[in-house]
Formats: sequence, structure tokens, C-alpha cells
Amino acid sequence: MEIPTPIFSHVKNYPDVYEPAEDTFLLLDALEKDKEFLKNLKPVLSVEIGGGSGVVTSFLNEILGDSLLYICTDLNPQAIQCIAETAEVNHNYSTEVVQSDLLSNLQPRLNGLVDLLVFNPPYVVTPPAEIDSSDIASSWAGGTRGRMVMDRLFPQVPSLLSKRGIFYLVVIKENDPEEICSVFESLGFRGESIMSRQAGPEHLSILKFTRLQCTASGKND
Amino acid sequence: MRLLTHNMLTSHVKGVNNGYPLKIEATEVNVESEVDFKPEFICCMIPRIDWDVLKKALAWIGKADLLPEEIVDNYEEDEEFLRKVHHTIMEIEIVTGSLICPESERSFPINKGIPNMLLNEDEV
Repeated sequence: MEIPTPIFSHVKNYPDVYEPAEDTFLLLDALEKDKEFLKNLKPVLSVEIGGGSGVVTSFLNEILGDSLLYICTDLNPQAIQCIAETAEVNHNYSTEVVQSDLLSNLQPRLNGLVDLLVFNPPYVVTPPAEIDSSDIASSWAGGTRGRMVMDRLFPQVPSLLSKRGIFYLVVIKENDPEEICSVFESLGFRGESIMSRQAGPEHLSILKFTRLQCTASGKND
Repeated sequence: MRLLTHNMLTSHVKGVNNGYPLKIEATEVNVESEVDFKPEFICCMIPRIDWDVLKKALAWIGKADLLPEEIVDNYEEDEEFLRKVHHTIMEIEIVTGSLICPESERSFPINKGIPNMLLNEDEV
């Protein structure tokens, strides 16, 4: 990697925080591969949902610098402290941490303003009841088809994103990436898999969603 | 929590019609943080900010005099104005305190600069 991986040795001090693993590193690799695109996008606001260790937002800060605001949310009380520490040790001075469930409290004010949206969701297929926890299980438990958390976000994405806004999502084969892309097509977005990797039993992909150029403008909120 | 973030937060407690803006009750405020001034970023943010809410936020923390009443015309060329906006939205941090929902008066705590906006099951 040309871009240095952010320092994250402190993450092990947070037992309930998901330590960066294959899925995290695949996302970092994909963002690095897209770095020229991201720099040309000139985003003003980046939002990461479920930031966990905070490594992904910190990595985006390495790519894009301090000329934008990075909002990073998580519902896990240890994760939000960890995200703050990751920003501090990596000298990221434009990161704001909010403890929240998805982005509900940042809407409607953030609608139409998010230039870069990133989500490494809890994607593991589990019994539905497991998604309701605020400890480390919330970082992986995705319920039926592993889709129950991410499916709650999808309908909000068209409102959240700015006209040129981009959404990156981590998924596994069981989440049915093709079906996710067709969901987004009906929401007015083109979806593509920009990078994939087999990691143990998981076939991971990074999906990237871009607004379709269309004649109907409509307001974002 | 910077005032820029406060400007974006809304309460969605069940039954609340308008949970914006959240009132700030701060017990610890840091006004000495230093963030590099980036005029282009500030110019991009100004149209996105609710100016009245930013003014209210400053008043709640006793810093109402930091900004003029109105956004100046041609602010893109007014470095002094942009620096004032930069200082208020990026360099003032609420470290400890609460955000109060304007309708339900439900209090959302801020600790170590991070607001906790999670609702209980019965509030959703």
C-alpha cells in the first residue's frame, strides 16, 4: 500500500470493538485504488456509519486530508471512544464522532450534503434476534441474509447523498450483491463491485454506488 | 462535539414533531483547539449551516459575540469573516454537557466530546 495504514494498535484495548480484519483491509484497498477518483470528487463531507475502530475514516483522512469534515458514527459505546482515539493518534483533526443508530439524528439536516458515504455493515447471516445488541455482536450480526441492518439504510441513501455523492458498501456473497445493486438501481443509482476477495469462508466485495444521470432532478429532501 | 455537528443534530424521540435545534447545556467547553483554516471548506459550509441555530448555539455557551448577526455579503472575499466562522464551527468543542430536545426535553449526554443520541426502546 502506498498510503500508510492508520495506527490501530490501541484497538485491542477495547474488547467490544471489532479489530480491523480482512473486510476492513479490503475496503481500505478499494478506497486506495479509487484515490484519484476520490480526490477529484473534492468531497466536503464524508460520513462513515458503524466506524468501529475508526480506521477507515482515518484512512480516508490520509487520502483526502483535513479540508473536509469527517463524521463517524457507531452505536457501540466502546467503539465511539476507540474512533476518537484513532483520530487522535493519527493526527486527524477534522473528525467528529457521534454515538447513534445509523444516521437518524443527523437527518434531515445532512440530507443532500453527504459527498462520501461509507458503511462496513454487520453483514454476517445470523438469527434475527442477534441484531439487537450494543456490544461487539452488533458489529457483525446482520440477521436474515445478513441484510437486516443495511436494508434499513438503503432507502435513506438517495436523500442523504449530495448530487455527486458516492456510497461504498462492504458485502459478502450471502447478502446477494446483485440484488442489492438492483435495489439501488430502482433508487436511481448505478452499482458495481470494485474489488473482491475470498477471506476464509467469506467471499467479500466492495460495492460502489453512483447516481444515475437522469433528467428528473427532484429535491434531495 | 463541534458546533458544526450540533448544527446537524435533531431529536427524533417518538411523538416529537420538531426536534431541532437541540439546546446546549455545557459544563465543559474547549475554545482553544486549533484547526487549520481552510477558506474553501468554510465557503462550502456556510450555505449548509443554519445560521440562526449557530447563533443560538453560541449564545447557549456564552459566546454570542463571536459572530455577526447576519452572514456578510460576498463572504468568499472576506477573510476576517471566514476566520470567525472557522473558529466557531471548527475550533469550539463541547466536551461535557447535554443536548436537550426542544419538545420532549429529553436530555442527550455529551461526554469526552461525543454526543450520545441513542434512544431507548420506548422512545423510538
